[in-house]
Amino acid sequence: MNFNETNITNLHNQLVNGEVSATELTKESFKQIKNTEDDVQAFLTLNEDAALKQAAALDQAGIQDDQVLAGIPFATKDMISTKGLRTTAASKILKDFKPIYNATVIEKLNQAGSINVGKTNLDEFAMGSSTENSGFKQTKNPWDLTRVPGGSSGGSAAAVAAGDVLAALGTDTGGSIRQPASFNGIVGMKPTYGRVSRWGVIAFASSFDQVGWLTKNVKDNALLMEAISGVDQHDMTSANRSVPNWAANLDQASVKGLKIAVPEEYVSDAIDEDVREVVQAALKHYESLGATIDTVSLPHTKYGVSAYYILASSEASSNLQRYDGIRYGFRADDVKNLEDVYVRTRTEGFGEEVKRRIMLGTFSLSAGFYDAYFNKAAKVRRLIVDDFNKVFEDYDVIMGATDASTAFPFGDKITDPTKMYMNDALTIPVNMAGLPAMSLPAGFSKKDGMPVGLQIIGKPFDEQTIYNAAYAFEQTTDFHKKNAKLGGQD
Amino acid sequence: MNFQTTIGLEVHVELKTNSKIYSPSPVQYGVEPNLNTNVIDWAYPGTLPTLNKGVVRDGIMAGLALHANITKHMHFDRKNYFYPDNPKAYQVTQSDTPIATDGWVEIEVNGKKKKIGIAEMHIEEDAGKNTHTGQYSYVDLNRQGTPLIEIVSKPDIASADEAVAYLEALRQRIQFTGISDVKMEEGSMRVDTNISIRPFGSDQFGTKTEMKNINSFNYVKNALEFEEKRHQQVILSGGTIAQETRRYDEATKETVSMRSKEGSEDYRYFPEPDIPPLDVSDEWINEIKGEMPEMPGERRKRYTNDLGLSDYDAMVLTQTKEMSDFFDEAVKDEADPKRVANYLMNDVNSYLNDEQVDLQDTKLTPANLAGMVKLITDGTISSKMAKKVFKGIVAGEEPAAYAKAHGLVQLSDPKELQPIIDDILANNQQSIEDFKNGKDRAVGYLVGQIMKQTRGKANPQVVNQLLMKSLNAQ
Amino acid sequence: MAEKIDRQEVKHVADLAKLSFDDAALDKITPQLEEIIDLFTDLQKVDTDGVEPMYTPTTEHNVMREDKGVQSGQRDELLANAPETHDGLIKVPAIIDESEDGE
Repeated sequence: MNFNETNITNLHNQLVNGEVSATELTKESFKQIKNTEDDVQAFLTLNEDAALKQAAALDQAGIQDDQVLAGIPFATKDMISTKGLRTTAASKILKDFKPIYNATVIEKLNQAGSINVGKTNLDEFAMGSSTENSGFKQTKNPWDLTRVPGGSSGGSAAAVAAGDVLAALGTDTGGSIRQPASFNGIVGMKPTYGRVSRWGVIAFASSFDQVGWLTKNVKDNALLMEAISGVDQHDMTSANRSVPNWAANLDQASVKGLKIAVPEEYVSDAIDEDVREVVQAALKHYESLGATIDTVSLPHTKYGVSAYYILASSEASSNLQRYDGIRYGFRADDVKNLEDVYVRTRTEGFGEEVKRRIMLGTFSLSAGFYDAYFNKAAKVRRLIVDDFNKVFEDYDVIMGATDASTAFPFGDKITDPTKMYMNDALTIPVNMAGLPAMSLPAGFSKKDGMPVGLQIIGKPFDEQTIYNAAYAFEQTTDFHKKNAKLGGQD
Repeated sequence: MNFQTTIGLEVHVELKTNSKIYSPSPVQYGVEPNLNTNVIDWAYPGTLPTLNKGVVRDGIMAGLALHANITKHMHFDRKNYFYPDNPKAYQVTQSDTPIATDGWVEIEVNGKKKKIGIAEMHIEEDAGKNTHTGQYSYVDLNRQGTPLIEIVSKPDIASADEAVAYLEALRQRIQFTGISDVKMEEGSMRVDTNISIRPFGSDQFGTKTEMKNINSFNYVKNALEFEEKRHQQVILSGGTIAQETRRYDEATKETVSMRSKEGSEDYRYFPEPDIPPLDVSDEWINEIKGEMPEMPGERRKRYTNDLGLSDYDAMVLTQTKEMSDFFDEAVKDEADPKRVANYLMNDVNSYLNDEQVDLQDTKLTPANLAGMVKLITDGTISSKMAKKVFKGIVAGEEPAAYAKAHGLVQLSDPKELQPIIDDILANNQQSIEDFKNGKDRAVGYLVGQIMKQTRGKANPQVVNQLLMKSLNAQ
Repeated sequence: MAEKIDRQEVKHVADLAKLSFDDAALDKITPQLEEIIDLFTDLQKVDTDGVEPMYTPTTEHNVMREDKGVQSGQRDELLANAPETHDGLIKVPAIIDESEDGE
């Protein structure tokens, strides 16, 4: 068994026919984790006993034809609340924290019978682009262990690329699903803001955060996304809209006549040449499939990084105030008074990057600076959204690079926060506007042989067009069939 | 130098909803610590607020009751500060778009009527409760998330008396909407004050001092009067007022400076991203208008114009909605309004004072009070008997049955009374003579004899009528 | 228009955020914040006259819950997760500052 060589539909058929059991699949997942984990370090907590119990119960009851996701192992970014299972946001401040409730996405997957094998590593509170900011361990890129897996959903991306699971949940606030998907040669989908409930998803920046999936292929991604989408009474910002059958609709997917806009900012000189080459080749391929390609401009893209770091850090500074050592989680030792509880708990519990963002956000909201920073950024956010709206008047999708580079070596950017922040320049604008976007494996760098992702951005709630375009590409190319060095080894 | 005083009041009113403003936990008092809490109230990672429609409705109703404009498009804001009773370390409130603006109430001080403006009112969440003992504090989050309305006055209040009158008017109008108990002693109404003085004619306000959480109308009056004098003394002796928060010491009746924090608070307000914006439709406002109970002013007008009560009676009856509702219910079935009013203002009120209970917590019902009043009016019982029947109805007894069971029924039937009168007259020939000679005292004597004979049960009016008829026929 | 952040300002912001930085940490973070905030001043170049600020991409409106009280039944689990409790209350070292800023 090799998760990299199969897909959910195949496994489902095998489960229904009794060719394989949920227990075998679950054991297979843990076996692969054990084989790769020493090198990759994707997981923070494993859920082995509970997962095997759940699988045994499923096998006992039998998996029916309509239980498409039953018995399918997946991994969960440790940013998502799992009842009774340690949930840390990769932060020392939640080191031994066991939630007492499940996130809505976890509830939905439990109901579907999917099996959560464990919690994956990330940048602390999802703040980072390399997973180097984890408070616990360094996850490595399965394609090249000297390189980062990207971030913040680095553990989830690495777990899928290493063949530990077929799919992993991630969160995307400024690119945290798409960039690691690009760095690991897998499919990463960030749906429209509001498509998936945020209940139980640890808040980083509330008006940006969305949950999505990292998978080996497009159809698995669509299947899984259907299972977690939909309005939720616990999340007032969840969209009151019906969820289409994205996966079933793929069979009629065609890009003939698809109008693709390519923003010049997404293929500019600021992007590494090896990445640009792959993206241009991918666009050519779309043309050969019957799509039309025009160059457009999203002129406010260049202000995206500044506006994003002000707004997201401001929201984060407020969202992370609840970690105060009083009701749950870490409290510093030998505290003498309340001020000590607050200051020492937070100073010892948070890592450097988190503190930096809290400082930036607190500053941007503080008296005398609100208008020049927070409110100015909120106005620029509107202009960035207007740019997208204008392009979407004439085009079906926007395409470009997901990231300016391939996975970079450890230590390359971590010492220079500004450099690290600029890394998200192409993914951030999507979160500013709440749009759906995917990173799709589009080829490999001629320079370093690492995978390169193509970013496909859609209109609000038009995930279908993204899935269709991605599927058409995937079915006519072989990039997704190539696996990481570590992946696929039995 | 003469000064003029400007007082500002911020009043927090706790709403009587079933659930909290942003979480479905019950709003309930006197339960075990932390019983009415959930993961939202504890600010667990990943939790989100859900807005209680009842709170928005109550906020609109309060706005209408205070003649304010209801805001059509609003959002919520976060106010950031750390405190153990504030689990998210931010309070979700409304800073940019309060639910209602620009209202007023009318007050009367020393016979002069005046309108006091309300700048704005917003809905927000209450904090939990902290208790301090020695080296530790203890946190109970039951109150965390209880809905509040904060009502902010315009700088129209010029004296401590006006401040108290304003609070009374506010309390009364809110109380009549039924959305809150508005009891200062129970904390469902809380008052923060600020005061400044300036020389008469100056167009620049003086420096303000603030006092928070004063918990009775009396203390508000005392504290403001003390501060007013203190400001005057400081300024007249050449000093300057420091902008600070002071505390009113109930024992010494003085205000004292509280240790001021370094720098002023910086709450870093920003729009709450977890709650989508809210549009209030005219339809909804009209629906709420339709549900609005009659306000005390209108009730007073109705009591004096339609029911013939005095201004004073009308005022006393509209002190609380419970009293006024009780009165309306009692008189709706033709019980004499003046008599019902008198019983409520005298017997009922002294009963409530003696027993230290609220009207709604007694067994007395409007129907039973009305029933007793009707028994008096139709002569079934005397006023004296009514005193005894009252003891029955406050214990929940039905008045007619109670009166009968306790023999508290007047003899009003002439067929029963005439033989007794005849008998008395036959035995008192001298009194008949005296009557014929114009001695009126004789009548009183004879009535007394009849009452004695009937052990006080004879209806004096009927006795009088029958007796006079019999005497004149002699 | 936008101002720079200096060591003093960093300390003030840290106070607001309940964080503390010793001298070595201040030496490190101050120039970092300076550099990032310097990057932010870019935004001042954008003409935003008459632009409505956008705080959320949500298209939802008027989402409300009916006023029904629900007992969570989670009291014991919640208390079990707290670092210190006493008689059903959350226990915290005392507030030395006496000022009562409860709102």
